[in-house]
Amino acid sequence: MSKLLEVNDLKKHFPIHGGLFGGVTANVYAVDGVSFDIAKGETLSLVGESGCGKSTVGKAILRLIEPTAGQVVLDGERIDNIPLSQLRKLRRRIQVVFQDPFSSLNPRMRVRDILAEPLINFGLAKGGSDIDDKVAALMDKVRLPRDAMRRFPHEFSGGQRQRIGIARALAPGADLIICDEAVSALDVSVKAQIVNLLSDLQDELGLALLFISHDLAIVEHLTHRVAVMYLGRIVELTDRRTLFSKSHHPYTRALLSAVPVPDPDAPRNRVILTGDVPSPINPPSGCRFHTRCPFAFDRCRTEEPQLRSVGTGHQTACHLEHAPGEPIAAMAMA
Amino acid sequence: MNTSSLNMADAAVLPTHYAAAPVLADVLPPVRERGRFGTFFRRYPTVVVGGVLIGIMLFIAIFAPYLGTVDPTALAPAKRTRPPSALYWFGTDMLGRDIYSRVMYGSRVSLIVGFSVAAIASAIGAFIGLVSGFVRALDTVIMRVMDGLMSIPPILLAIALMALTRGSVGNVIVAISIAQIAPVSRLVRGVVLSLREQPYVEAAVASGTRTPAIIWKHILPNTLAPLMVQATFICASAMITESILSFIGAGTPPTIPSWGNIMAEGRALWQVKPYIVFFPAAFLSVTVLAVNLLGDGLRDALDPRLAKRL
Repeated sequence: MSKLLEVNDLKKHFPIHGGLFGGVTANVYAVDGVSFDIAKGETLSLVGESGCGKSTVGKAILRLIEPTAGQVVLDGERIDNIPLSQLRKLRRRIQVVFQDPFSSLNPRMRVRDILAEPLINFGLAKGGSDIDDKVAALMDKVRLPRDAMRRFPHEFSGGQRQRIGIARALAPGADLIICDEAVSALDVSVKAQIVNLLSDLQDELGLALLFISHDLAIVEHLTHRVAVMYLGRIVELTDRRTLFSKSHHPYTRALLSAVPVPDPDAPRNRVILTGDVPSPINPPSGCRFHTRCPFAFDRCRTEEPQLRSVGTGHQTACHLEHAPGEPIAAMAMA
Repeated sequence: MNTSSLNMADAAVLPTHYAAAPVLADVLPPVRERGRFGTFFRRYPTVVVGGVLIGIMLFIAIFAPYLGTVDPTALAPAKRTRPPSALYWFGTDMLGRDIYSRVMYGSRVSLIVGFSVAAIASAIGAFIGLVSGFVRALDTVIMRVMDGLMSIPPILLAIALMALTRGSVGNVIVAISIAQIAPVSRLVRGVVLSLREQPYVEAAVASGTRTPAIIWKHILPNTLAPLMVQATFICASAMITESILSFIGAGTPPTIPSWGNIMAEGRALWQVKPYIVFFPAAFLSVTVLAVNLLGDGLRDALDPRLAKRL
């Protein structure tokens, strides 16, 4: 499969200003060397705890924030360093759906105008009736009644608003949609509707999705591949099946074991992490996870593990030597 | 796969056999009925009361010559300091001028000053606030200048500015406006900074909207509600400031009757002829109260979430 988007060693450091003259006193290493790629029509999920830099990756790809270093390549063309005036045309190809359906739609614009905005910006519609037709087609695509386009966002429920947000992302005919926690704020039943809508749209239109989420249960339902992030870095990157059956990294296993199972008697092999995520201002030396890893040994404290291949399309950044999926000796005892 | 050429015209004839996702209930709330006065009054009584009172004041100001008034500057020394009676409704002052006529005509000055200052200070303040919120390089400089302006009490600043020029209604408006620009620009800047981070603005940027359109379509309409509320309070305080300036003789020239200088002239006789001061003071109080009621109500009426934000 050809690569639609490639992200190479992306970094975003937020400077912290302080002191008398407002100099930079420290950096928040929000994203610190993240690489992955997405093929056309593929879903890649980016999962991890709050504050691990998932959303920052999404915004840096969109250039809503400027990346500190690294490359973002769209169809063989770098988009991280081109001037914003040139980027404007390419924005058509990458769109975004945000988490909060209430703040992601301008409260003072009607649905029609919200959806018409990208159409007009990219010159995809000529004249009022053309816009109306295309907006109506978008409403059909996200399964909202057409007459709803004359309404204001506050007249819709959360799920309906999220559909409008998806329609806006579809409007310019994007190749890649970044779903930044797009279903996290919704009720479970509505969540399922939106996830199904997204995967239907992906089938219909051949969309690629970058699905940023903390919810592994949802991720399992719709993704092709998963990248697990911890403290600004990817610790494991593999396809869905491998992740859920043969994950390698202790952090991934801890995340998986935290997914609720709807059976109170199910035997569970819990990996419970203690402590909090260390501060991204001063990340731990060596492996960033060593402060919370139950299996950390000396090497982890000094040497940063690189992503290495442990199987077909399965990469992990961990010093532990064991076959993927095999119970780690210490974990079995725990 | 070539999705980039996704044909929007084809989209209208997409197959209708949508799988998997349950059909969305087509239940939308009915479009809210507007224009029911009774409902509106019950919900926002302060807007109605304030609006009606301001309407009455506007009526007085516009139709002052037809409200049984005489020339408010006509002197009649023989009939000075008459108490209120059937002939002189509010009495006469120490120069025999009819206070009723003077108060009616005086409303013109207060309303013109109040509305003009609100309009000028809001427009300029909003512009400065938008620039400051959007151009990071200018933000620090502009805001330090505004801090400087705000460190001077507005009345003192207006007096100082009036001292530089001659007394006229136009100069009073300019002087009071300058003092009111700083708080407006601060307010607008704050709103702009928070709006810029809103996902819908980021989504608009990602949709290729240019910065001027972002400001015009996404930022400005959402600053209008807090701006209008602020404008009403500026209007009220401008009326009071105008009266204070006239009262201390630094504002409207004595040839033009204004509530402030009627009170100033009556001040010496306050203990023996209190009605000279009473009527203009009562009108000023009622007008300021009306404007404040309107502003308070507008805050709730324009956006229920605004009450938390301001």
